[in-house]
Amino acid sequence: MSVTYIDAILAAQEKLLREDDRVFLYGQDIGVFGGAFKATKGLAAAFPNRVFDSPISEDAMIGLAVGAAIEGLRPIVEMQFADFSSIAFNQIVNQAATHYYRTGVPIPITVRMPSGGTPGSGPFHSQNMEGIYAQYPGLIVLTPATVADAFHMLIDGVALDDPVIYCEHKFLYRWLKAKSINNDHLPIGQARIARPGKHATVVAYSAMVHEAVRAADRLQPDGWEIEVVDLRSVKPLDLDTILASVARTGRLLAVGESFPWGGVTAEVISLVSEHGFHLLDAPPQRLNSRDTPIPYHPKLWASHRPTPESICDALRHLLRF
Amino acid sequence: MRLQPRPASLYAPSVPTLDLPAASEKSVTDRDFLRSAFQSMLLARILENKLSSLYKAGKIVGGVYLGRGQESVSAALGTALIRGTDVFSPLIRDQAGRTAFGESLLDCTRTYLGSVLGPMRGRDGNVHRGRPLEGVPAMISHLGAQIALVAGMLFAKRLKGQLQGVVGATCVGDGATSTGAFHEALNLIGVEKLPLVIVVANNQFAYSTPNNRQFACGDLIERARGYGLGGWSVDGTDLFACASVMREAVRRAREGGGPQMVVAHLLRLVGHGEHDDAFYVPDACRNDHYGRDCIDVAIPQLVANGHVTTDEIHAWQHQFAADVQRAVAQAQQEATPDPYREDWTAISTRFPISQ
Repeated sequence: MSVTYIDAILAAQEKLLREDDRVFLYGQDIGVFGGAFKATKGLAAAFPNRVFDSPISEDAMIGLAVGAAIEGLRPIVEMQFADFSSIAFNQIVNQAATHYYRTGVPIPITVRMPSGGTPGSGPFHSQNMEGIYAQYPGLIVLTPATVADAFHMLIDGVALDDPVIYCEHKFLYRWLKAKSINNDHLPIGQARIARPGKHATVVAYSAMVHEAVRAADRLQPDGWEIEVVDLRSVKPLDLDTILASVARTGRLLAVGESFPWGGVTAEVISLVSEHGFHLLDAPPQRLNSRDTPIPYHPKLWASHRPTPESICDALRHLLRF
Repeated sequence: MRLQPRPASLYAPSVPTLDLPAASEKSVTDRDFLRSAFQSMLLARILENKLSSLYKAGKIVGGVYLGRGQESVSAALGTALIRGTDVFSPLIRDQAGRTAFGESLLDCTRTYLGSVLGPMRGRDGNVHRGRPLEGVPAMISHLGAQIALVAGMLFAKRLKGQLQGVVGATCVGDGATSTGAFHEALNLIGVEKLPLVIVVANNQFAYSTPNNRQFACGDLIERARGYGLGGWSVDGTDLFACASVMREAVRRAREGGGPQMVVAHLLRLVGHGEHDDAFYVPDACRNDHYGRDCIDVAIPQLVANGHVTTDEIHAWQHQFAADVQRAVAQAQQEATPDPYREDWTAISTRFPISQ
């Protein structure tokens, strides 16, 4: 018996609905149908009048959630794909994110964003929006990479009083399995050492953690011990854990699946350069997707995002210094 | 640009209604309602004239946005709502509605003058003020965005079993009817059958853009039918008409008649903000029926019907002017924000969280 990443997301929502009367779910096709990815399968029947199909109106969906949060509820909104949250951008960054600073009233909404690429999904069903949302003050941005984190971080995220952008990676939904939802439970805001090492640090998050671990495994026979840091949340960003790792290794590669201009990896490089320049034995490197829209064909897609091969190449380059 | 006068109601609401008197309003006579609404109009006008003077004297940082010409619509809505029960999300030209809904003068003057004691503490200004936990959300600038937010407050009240007898209301102008947010939210409140009254003040200009560059339908009230809302059209320069239509729209929403949309026809009698002289408004618009000043229209109507006397109006003017003066003086002597003491955090959670 194993638990997948999406099982964990479903189980977390089931637990939240069962234990917290303030929680309700709002999203497209999440009722009887159970969601485009079945992350809400069976919940509408188990929790009558708590799980609602919404019209295809991302802006109004988030607007409704913000209003419900003012009234003391804890809505979880499912974006069918993170890509479509562009329609809700205004309500997220201008309504939800500014509300606490402006009025003193926090907005405890959680927006589930099925993120990242899968083969054949193309430019509009593959995007990673974490860097865009993290750029705005007032939002918490979570990027779970493990089954346990998918479960615990959703529950912990809903418990926060602030708006949470929960980026769940579609590639991990059914591919990533664990024996159980274990008690590996770190607080939000703390990064994890996913793989210990001493020659270089790879900072990654979401699906890229697994690609980075694969790359590290491939370099092991050559005698390289690569440390992989899983950020878990990109905002807040656990700079202490990153700096401690770089202090051990002296080398840094930041890997993200999002587009290369700016974003999480650029922020990591910038912060380490500012606060840990003296720790670096080599210029910090970063690896992102290519600077094009995300291609449809699996052959193009596989070369668009960072892969174990391209991460290995970047690490070999880094280790030459 | 010339608009023809329209009937008070273009067509009957398309949703079934219950024929019950509104519990909250059964004790409010027409006379009481009109007197109360007119007082809010008068107070708002006097307050806004003062704000304009302060702006021109360089005493207000940022913009000043007035509701001159829209007081009848706004006050009629605010008077029909019940503070403590209802939700009201005012927009840019709703000083009269805010006043009618019970906003204090100090909330206004403190926000415009940046007092740390105001509801926005210098973090947001002018019309972007509210008290969300008291049923008054603070608007953002993006037009149409407040409709779904009010819908969410009503949706939550329904889930909590507290929606009975509650109405939510918000206002937009003709310009906001072109936004995606407006259409998404109107569709959503129709689908969710929420007791929400959306008031469209068609003041003929969105900043400088006239109606014929904003929409192509004959009358914005057609939007109501398209989304399954009850629809009402009213002469926004006529307090008596506004009071009658707004009370009925609010009553129907309150009694389970579903969402209602009121389109009021009028003219913005000021610029978009006090920085704007509105040179683009043709004289023909200013001189036609909807170019009337609603306060000038209301006074002889109220007096002729015996609802108020001119002596009362004069007394109110003196009292309100003194009240406004006091609220401005109070806010002016209060502290403004200190950047060195400001809590520069945008979230309420304090990281790190320990296990």
